[in-house]
Amino acid sequence: MYKATIIIKRRKSILDPQGKAVEQGSKLLKIDDISEVRIGKFIELNIDTSSREKANEELDKLCNKLLANLNIEDYSFTLEEIK
Amino acid sequence: MKPKFGVVVFPGSNCDHDAYYVTKKILDCETEFLWHKDTDLKNCDVIILPGGFSYGDYLRTGAIARFSPIMESVIDFANKGGIVLGICNGFQILIEANLLPGTLMKNVSTKFICKDIFVKVANHETVLTKNVSKNILEIPIAHGDGNYFIDEKGLHSLKENNQIIFQYCSDNGEISDKYNPNGSAENIAGIMNKSGNVFGMMPHPERCSDSTLMKSDGFLLFNTLIQNIIK
Repeated sequence: MYKATIIIKRRKSILDPQGKAVEQGSKLLKIDDISEVRIGKFIELNIDTSSREKANEELDKLCNKLLANLNIEDYSFTLEEIK
Repeated sequence: MKPKFGVVVFPGSNCDHDAYYVTKKILDCETEFLWHKDTDLKNCDVIILPGGFSYGDYLRTGAIARFSPIMESVIDFANKGGIVLGICNGFQILIEANLLPGTLMKNVSTKFICKDIFVKVANHETVLTKNVSKNILEIPIAHGDGNYFIDEKGLHSLKENNQIIFQYCSDNGEISDKYNPNGSAENIAGIMNKSGNVFGMMPHPERCSDSTLMKSDGFLLFNTLIQNIIK
């Protein structure tokens, strides 16, 4: 069994209105040294496969088909073996 | 014979009854609701994917609805040339299902926008717009994710194939940033696929199709559609 940690981020070239709004919010707190705020998604899940390769393969499929929109987002994940 | 309409009901659809009311009561066409867990399209000639918040917009708008059992049949139907109209969330679902190109992102303002806007009919040679009596239509929008994005290559292809059907504009047809409510590329409010049988639009024609409401430009589109595909 593996625990997967998936991060989905908007591509650099795509405007992120939520990130911009948060950046403006930081200014309201008088914190003026914040820039390049990007809001993404963080997903955790367990995957019970026989091998790490199989888990990688299934997660790629999951991210490609469902979790990420590859027109505007990139994804990455890490796998940790658990009992 | 008038066409038969099917209105898909997803968990979270909220414009399904409006669409049903227009096709059944205003246009007097046979109309069926199609449940998302079913796969039978009940011999409908036109499938409407209505507006709403299917699956609570979880993950991304339309991302989960796209895998509903009914969508397998809708995709098959569309690939065989069947007419599919996605309105608002329906447009988002069609994009997630890869039946239409691009992506609908969060509005640039990050706000949900609900108001009447004007759109210019950019292509009059489609079953949805052929012979429509006006060039500029006043139709309400109501969405948080209507900012149409497509890469340069995709945009070029949309233009080359005349796939842009509606663009946000002023009341006299001026297309500019000032009249772009959500940040959409080229003020795009609605597109179709290359074969001209799958349509997606953010404005809600079903909300302005009853003359009692004083505004009925939506009726022009639905009426044009049935005139153009009458059996």
